[in-house]
Order: sequence, then structure tokens, then C-alpha cells
Amino acid sequence: MSTLSTGKFGIGRLALYLVLLVFAIYYLLPLYVMLANSFKPLAEIRQGDMLALPQVWTLDPWRSAWSTAQIGIQATGLKPYFVNSIVMVVPAVLLSTLLGALNGYVLTKWRFRGDGVVFGLILLSCFIPFQIVLIPMAKMLGVLGLAGTTSGLVLVHLVYGLGFTTLFFRNYYAAFPTELVRAAQIDGAGFFRIFTRILLPSSGPIIVVTVIWQFTNIWNDFLFGASFADADSVPMTVALNNLVSSSTGVKEYNVHFAGAVLAALPTLIVYVVSGRYFVRGLMAGAVKG
Amino acid sequence: MKAQLQDWLPRLVLGPSFLLILFFVYGFIAYTGYLSLSDSKMLPSYGFVGLDNYDRLWKLRHWTGSLKNLAIFGGLYIVICSVLGLFLAIMLDQKIRAEGLLRPIYLYPMALSFIVTGTAWKWFLDPGIGLEHTMHQWGWESFEFNWIKSRTHAIYTVVIAAVWQSSGFVMAMFLAGLRGVNADIIRAAEIDGASRVRIYRRIIIPMMRPVFLSAFVVLAHLAIKSYDLVVALTGGGPGKATELPATFMYSYTFSRNLMGIGASSAIIMLIMIFSIIVPYLYAELRSDPKR
Repeated sequence: MSTLSTGKFGIGRLALYLVLLVFAIYYLLPLYVMLANSFKPLAEIRQGDMLALPQVWTLDPWRSAWSTAQIGIQATGLKPYFVNSIVMVVPAVLLSTLLGALNGYVLTKWRFRGDGVVFGLILLSCFIPFQIVLIPMAKMLGVLGLAGTTSGLVLVHLVYGLGFTTLFFRNYYAAFPTELVRAAQIDGAGFFRIFTRILLPSSGPIIVVTVIWQFTNIWNDFLFGASFADADSVPMTVALNNLVSSSTGVKEYNVHFAGAVLAALPTLIVYVVSGRYFVRGLMAGAVKG
Repeated sequence: MKAQLQDWLPRLVLGPSFLLILFFVYGFIAYTGYLSLSDSKMLPSYGFVGLDNYDRLWKLRHWTGSLKNLAIFGGLYIVICSVLGLFLAIMLDQKIRAEGLLRPIYLYPMALSFIVTGTAWKWFLDPGIGLEHTMHQWGWESFEFNWIKSRTHAIYTVVIAAVWQSSGFVMAMFLAGLRGVNADIIRAAEIDGASRVRIYRRIIIPMMRPVFLSAFVVLAHLAIKSYDLVVALTGGGPGKATELPATFMYSYTFSRNLMGIGASSAIIMLIMIFSIIVPYLYAELRSDPKR
């Protein structure tokens, strides 16, 4: 595609760069506004200009958002909810990734009659609107004694993440030479041995993609958290929404922004550190069935 | 014995996941399907009432309004994201020096939670404190931008925020598509004297058809599922001006205690998504060389 541009630096080229720059500003502006205003005292936000840097820099909004802001009925800040999210995300991501890897392995290297239908049903489960499972899931969590618990949320995220993790590994392992697996089988290696010795060592990239995908989705989930969490299992997104939309008292915008950045931080860090894999996950989830 | 176990092992490994999905996805769909035909109010109950809930659902202005909002929101969201995504991808594909810097900037909103996006845009669009206020401070006294407070225009603010979040992702999809175009075809067209615009219009953009289709499927299903963004940005308001099927389902099921109607709205959402996704997946799986 590079053949189209001749590389000479004329008016057209300049306009092109200008357009690209304008869009970069458009995408960065909300983040900049949040960051800049999270360091301002409230009075300065009210009278001032949202695009300006703070005249008086203060860390108070951050302290407040993290440890003293009123969320729901308690003035705990976002800290306990951040912990809730971590405790929920880590096991959900690990379990769904592990099961997805095994499923992908079976679906590509140990094919059986009807595996196409099995895969089709797993794949289709990725796309359901979650509203369809809210009512029975609430009931089922009650039956299992997991209502309002972090374990309950882990189960929910595990179940509804399995489709994607299976899809990722299945597509990745489909390209892995089956002859290697057959050769190992003839040499007497069993099911798990082949998996741990032959497939797993070359699964690095897809593990990273899957972990990032799952981490981002589960961390950012709001619907399940809002539906199934209790006071001591509320995740970060739900707590942030409670903080921002609480109607009592003065609206402390600077605290809201600090909170929003705190909620965005883990996924942003993951994105900055491993954007390449993040994009690959998005593509795998979107383009290939 | 051991050999037999080895034969069964793959199915034993896949089994639990598959059963979980059968139960928690397809079993739950069936359960919600039954509730939509039942007299459930605050709690599930199993008195059969036929299609009554659907009858009542379609007579609710709240529901038809949220479908209308979905049509406006979804239509604009899909079209703007696709056009903007394609445009940015073509711009970035012109041997841009700073591509490695710009691409992640265009794409990072996709890593954020819709609640964060909603929080930022709610404030940005609030006439009392955000853009309008700032413009007044800068001396442009007559500047007005209060769509978020307007019953007729609030739905467009949801489009603005959602496009901000997803357009970079569509850009990445198109960019991957453009990079896959065979350079020889373009060189041939150039030799024939075709202009750059013409090459894009007649050759390259038509070759992007599969990407358009994927983008459409992804965006359409995201639009139908949209929930968090509306909750964080407008809360469905002002009035019911930004209610979508997903927020409708939630409020009928959990706040208004009309679970039968909530379940029937969820079934309609499922039908909408499946009528887009199932043909797409079917075609993808059939043409998949791996199978």
C-alpha cells in the first residue's frame, strides 16, 4: 500500500498531518481534561476554564477519591472496591484462560464427531446480550449460596468469558502443526503430556492476548457488578458510578475525575505496556469466527 | 483401560466447559424465554399467560421509544464509526512517520470502561461546567451546546461518546485490511494512469467489503448491548430520552418489578442480535479453511 504515497512534502502532506493531529487531540482531550481537573481545587473548576492547567496544584482530590470519598453510605473512598475488583478479576482471568486453552486444544487436536456443533454453540455464546441471563443468574447464585459474593462474580465472569477464551485458543492451535501432536502420540505421549510439553511452550502470545482481553473485559464490566454484587463485593466500575452519580451534597468534580482515572488506570497500563497484544485480541475477537 | 481413558480424556476435559455453557447460556435463555410467557412480577413465577407480556410490551411507549432511540443511536454509531474508521485508516496508511505514535492514541479509548467514558463526557457536555461554560469564559458568550439536557438531542450525545470510544478500533480493523491489499494490483492501476482518489474509490474500498461486514457485525451487536454508557452518561434521561432496550430491560425487571415484561424485552434483544450474528458466524465457519 505504500506505493500510493510518493513521500514528497507538499501542501497535501501538511494537510494530512494536520488532520491526523486534530484527531489525536480529539481522542486525547477527554483524558487530558480529566487529568488536568483532577489536580485542581473545586473552586478553580467552577469558575474556570476546563482546558487550563491547574493554577494551584493539589493532590487532595486523589486522596479523597482513594480513601475518604462518600460511596453509597460509607465514606471509604474507592480503595476497598479496587481491592474487590482485583480479587474478582485475577481468579476469573486465570480460570477462564486455562479452560479456554484446554478447550482449544481438544477442539483442534482431538476432534470428535459433533465437535463442529459444540464449537458453534460455544462461539455463539460470546455474543448473547447479557440481559437474557440476568434473571436466571440471580436466582442460580441464590441457590448456590453465592449471591452478592465475589466468588459468585468470579463464576459469572468465568462462564461468560469461556466462549472467547476457547475461540482464541482454538484459532491459534488450528494453525499449530497436527503432525507434531501425532508424532508425540506414536511415541507414547498422553493427552496432558502433549499439551504441556508441545503446545503450551509455544502458546506465549495467545496466552498474553487472552489474559489481556479477559482482564480488560472483566475489569470494565458494569452490568454484572451492578446486578449481582453486595456491599462487600462491589467492583470498581460500579463504585465509580455510585461516586459520580450520588445526588447528595456538593458535586466534587475533581474527586470524580481522580476516581475515573483510578478506575481506568489498570486497563490503561495494560494497554500502554502491551498495546500490540491488546489490538490482536480485539481483532481475534472481532474478525475471526 | 489406560488406552480407553486416553480416548475419553479429550471429551472429559471439554465436557465441563461445554456443560457450563449449555446450562448457563442456553438453559438460561430457555428459562428467560419461559418467564417471558409467565405472570412473573417481582419474582419469577410460572403461571402461563401466553404472549400477554409481548402484547403489553409493544404497547408501552417506553419500549417503542427505546427501540426508536436504538435505531437512531445504532444507525449513527455504526455509520460514523465506519466512515471515520476508514478515513483515519486511509490517512494513516500514507507512510506516516508518526504512525506508531498516533495509532495507539486513536485506539486507547477502547481500553477504558464505558463508565469512565461516560463520566468524562457527561462533564464535558454539561453546559454549566464543561465545553459551553469554557467557551463563555473564553469570551464566546453566545456559544450554546446543551444537547445533553435536551429531550430531543440527548441521544446524540450518547452517539458522540460511543463514537469516541469505538472509532479507533474500527480504524485498526480497516488498517489491517488495507495492509492486506496486494501492492501489485495498485501498481498496475497506477501504471494505467489511475489517480490516487480513483484507486481508492474503485479498487481499494470495494476490497474492504469483508472488513465493512465485520465492523458492522461488531458495532451492531455492541449497540444493541449498550447499557453502561447510557447509565453513566445520561441515566436514560432527560425523561426517557436516552432509554435503550438494555436499560429498559433492567428497569422493568429490577426496579418496576414487572419481570415478565423485562424477560420479553430481553428475548427481543436476543432475537435482534442473533438475526445479525448467526448468519455471519455461519458464513464465517463455512468458509473457514481450518475446518
